[in-house]
Amino acid sequence: MITLEPVAAPDAPLARRNPVAKLAAALVFSFIMIATLDPVAPAIAVAVELAVLPLFGVRFRVLARRAWPLLLGAVGILVTLVLFAAERSGRVLVEAGPVVVTSGVLLTALGLVLRMFAVALPGVIVFATTDPTDLADALIQNAKAPARFAIGALAAFRLVPLLGQEWQMISLARRARGVDAGRNPLAKLRLFVSTAFALLVGAIRRGTRLAVAMDARGFDAGTPRTVARRQRFGAADGLLIAGAAAVAGAALTVSVLLGTFRPLIG
Amino acid sequence: MKQHPATNRWRTIDIVVAAVIAVAFGVIFWAWGLLWRAVDPAFAFFPAGQAVMYGVWLVPAVLGGLIIRKPGAALFCEAVAATISALLGSEWGGITIVQGLIQGLGAELAFAAFRYRSFRLPTALLAGTLTGLGAALFDFFVWNVDYALGSYRIPYALLTVVSAAIIAGVGGWYLTRALAGTGALDRFPAARDRTLV
Amino acid sequence: MSSVLVRGFGWRHAGRRAWAVRGVDLRVESGERVLLLGPSGAGKSTLLAALAGLLPEDSGEQEGTVEIDGLDPRKGRERVGIVFQDPESQLVMARSGDDVAFGLENRGVPAGEIWPRVDEALRRVGFPYHRDRPTAALSGGEQQRLALAGVLALRPGLLLLDEPTANLDPAGAALVRDAVAGALDADTTLILVEHRVADALPLVDRVVVLEPGGGVRADGTPEAVFGAHGDALAAEGVWVPGRPVPPRRAVAPAGDLLLTADRLGLPPRLAPTDLGVRAGEALAVLGPNGAGKSTLALLLGGLLRPGAGTVTASPALAGPDARTPPHRWRAPALARRIGSVFQDPEHQFVTGTVFDELALGPRRTGSPEPAIRATVDALLARLRLERLAAANPYTLSGGEARRLSVATALATAPRLLICDEPTFGQDRRTWLELVDLFAEQRDGGHGVVTVTHDPEFVAALADRTLTLGRA
Ligand SMILES: Nc1ncnc2c1ncn2[C@@H]1O[C@H](COP(=O)(O)OP(=O)(O)OP(=O)(O)O)[C@@H](O)[C@H]1O
Ligand SMILES: Nc1ncnc2c1ncn2[C@@H]1O[C@H](COP(=O)(O)OP(=O)(O)OP(=O)(O)O)[C@@H](O)[C@H]1O
Ligand SMILES: [Mg+2]
Ligand SMILES: [Mg+2]
Repeated sequence: MITLEPVAAPDAPLARRNPVAKLAAALVFSFIMIATLDPVAPAIAVAVELAVLPLFGVRFRVLARRAWPLLLGAVGILVTLVLFAAERSGRVLVEAGPVVVTSGVLLTALGLVLRMFAVALPGVIVFATTDPTDLADALIQNAKAPARFAIGALAAFRLVPLLGQEWQMISLARRARGVDAGRNPLAKLRLFVSTAFALLVGAIRRGTRLAVAMDARGFDAGTPRTVARRQRFGAADGLLIAGAAAVAGAALTVSVLLGTFRPLIG
Repeated sequence: MKQHPATNRWRTIDIVVAAVIAVAFGVIFWAWGLLWRAVDPAFAFFPAGQAVMYGVWLVPAVLGGLIIRKPGAALFCEAVAATISALLGSEWGGITIVQGLIQGLGAELAFAAFRYRSFRLPTALLAGTLTGLGAALFDFFVWNVDYALGSYRIPYALLTVVSAAIIAGVGGWYLTRALAGTGALDRFPAARDRTLV
Repeated sequence: MSSVLVRGFGWRHAGRRAWAVRGVDLRVESGERVLLLGPSGAGKSTLLAALAGLLPEDSGEQEGTVEIDGLDPRKGRERVGIVFQDPESQLVMARSGDDVAFGLENRGVPAGEIWPRVDEALRRVGFPYHRDRPTAALSGGEQQRLALAGVLALRPGLLLLDEPTANLDPAGAALVRDAVAGALDADTTLILVEHRVADALPLVDRVVVLEPGGGVRADGTPEAVFGAHGDALAAEGVWVPGRPVPPRRAVAPAGDLLLTADRLGLPPRLAPTDLGVRAGEALAVLGPNGAGKSTLALLLGGLLRPGAGTVTASPALAGPDARTPPHRWRAPALARRIGSVFQDPEHQFVTGTVFDELALGPRRTGSPEPAIRATVDALLARLRLERLAAANPYTLSGGEARRLSVATALATAPRLLICDEPTFGQDRRTWLELVDLFAEQRDGGHGVVTVTHDPEFVAALADRTLTLGRA
């Protein structure tokens, strides 16, 4: 089931930072990491990411629960690369018909898998420690995002668990009407489509009512809004972003100095 | 009734319904993932074939543009959908947001090319194709670099675009019509083409 | 402190041929307390929306004028506060206090004044928690009180309430009414829409009845209006107080056992419960919001897998299938034996027209086409839906949607019928029709289980009741 429970200790030193700063730091870090294809820089990055985990108040178990699908992604990368690698340099390890596994292929695979983790984990960690209300507040107050759009999206976000429950109710109602798919995959797809459609209709109706309720409380009346919850962007927040850039840059530098660096473009 | 809204200013209902569409697709994606795992192994031997289903992830961009009919709608819908999947704990973290922006931009360009005046099937098809192109380019240059060009990267990209054109483009257009038929869109121009009841 | 002046007002929603409301002339003075009545679909909600300035020009066509203190309501929104029927879709923020603060922020109230005003509003409605309480963790009644606080914090001169207690258990409804009574300033003008007139009368000093075709049917003190028009209004569907409904007692003793629940539970939604349903009996399940009534209905209906205990069908209900529990049956077999009506009718609709909706169940259970036609036509006539056979189920009004959802469950002629809140938000006429329908089912030897908050419904129909406590 979908839940919106907070998954981390909210008062950990880095979890407490301004949500915009956390988001920016994660994006900066991910962008720098995306630029390389070698295994060394991402390996350093993943090590750093795991090391700062306690500072964000995220436990390893929580991270594992959120990020385990990445392991499937890793298997996917390995399989695809074995079948479709662009280059097959190095010593031949296995040869079976069209499948040629070389040490170069394995090294590339290692690089890609580590890079995927290095790029994805910062965002996973930051979103696990960020309350959506605080994020919207900070986007409006510190990143100059338009308030109407940020608050509108936030209000819609509140409907997520409700829609999750609604999905279940619609499915049950279909069964009550004598509609089920059994083992037929085509019938399964049809049932999925009709359930999704009912969910969408219900969601749009709810959204329409919500918008009217917001207007009724003066949401779009043209009066300048005040803010009840102040979000501050302090020196520590700036340092977090700079720190993320510095660590990622250092990882790249190590890779360049070791001669393993392989840029994405070029 | 007019085919296009009188002003380009977003009403509250435009903002909230666009965001709700994104949220609903967040939930639909989650259920689609479950379904996918259930009928999965079909693609094990031709991974590029998986791009056939890519279009489903791009529906919000086209649907948002077709329903809201205001500048930025496609971009906003796809970006919010991506942010929501990140907040719900997508394994891809913050990069989904960037990806969402690039995909949404594709559909946005299509609607902008018609100056937000045309919302017929060809426009939807173009919007689907362009979001697919955005998605394909991102994957081509960011995730698939080390794969063989002829047997993987190019078929994958082509299938992504075709799937987006059909599922997100044509599918999005029919979906908008079906939604209008339920009366759920009565406060949007998309429903005004409907006969009175 | 606000006064209302409505002259020749009419509104037609975009996409509709008929006017939702038309020809309304009304004057409400500052400080008056008005109950707005009319059968389902008469346009009460539309009129309230107009008074609150919530009918944008691009969403329909207007006739006549509406003024709040001499202003167009779209310009004078800060004078008006409105609470709708469904609290879930009017809460905006994730934390209770933030939700009350939302309106104050929009009005540009200085940051330093916001939190004291939030606390004051929460206190006035008797909100029992701290302002950090997540809105998702509130019961229906608590959400309704929070919505009221969010409006009161804005200190409106005109307060509009649209069926503020429709989804609540009797105790929760009384709490919300007390909150309204206690929270009104002496000079606040109030306009209230509520189907259950008897409950609303202590709050009002004037009654206005809308005519479905257009115009105001009656206007005056409650005594005057109900004294002069009581019979006619009751016949049209208004719940005129002091007019009891005729009971429909069972004509024969109950027959075979159909379904038994033994220590049936689903933690944490439902505590273990024992129960048996017989053919030819109507069982009513009562209990406060959140007691697990809907969960019980789903378990009995073979839709959820029990978390504890068992559901056993008797051979009289299921023949040889009685050996397996209902949640393991294939859907068509289930639909033939047990019909379920959900709390929200819209969840239940699967097809594009009312006709197909009724034909779906019989088709899935393999009836021949001529028999299906006959069944559907009979149901359409019985529930006054013939005119709507080609309409999309999602476009129906609340009362029509409720009748259709009951009819869909009846279409497969199940031996056991399980209905969740079949009468909420219904006008008197629909209500009587539903009671008749259930009574006919029971007297025809079917078992009927209804989950309900409605004491009149229980008094009129139920042979037996089961009351759940909080899980
Ligand atoms: N958004 C809408 N679009 C189109 N038609 C609508 C809309 N809202 C209401 N209507 C129609 O307008 C008419 C009056 O509806 P309204 O909701 O005002 O009735 P009501 O008196 O409040 O009824 P109830 O007691 O069932 O709540 C109905 O026929 C309804 O179908
Ligand atoms: N899908 C679900 N997942 C988890 N908890 C649920 C779900 N549905 C309901 N609950 C919880 O289970 C409890 C019982 O819910 P249920 O809907 O059965 O109550 P109810 O008696 O029907 O209430 P009401 O009178 O408000 O309809 C509630 O606390 C509710 O929040
Ligand atoms: Mg109403
Ligand atoms: Mg219930």
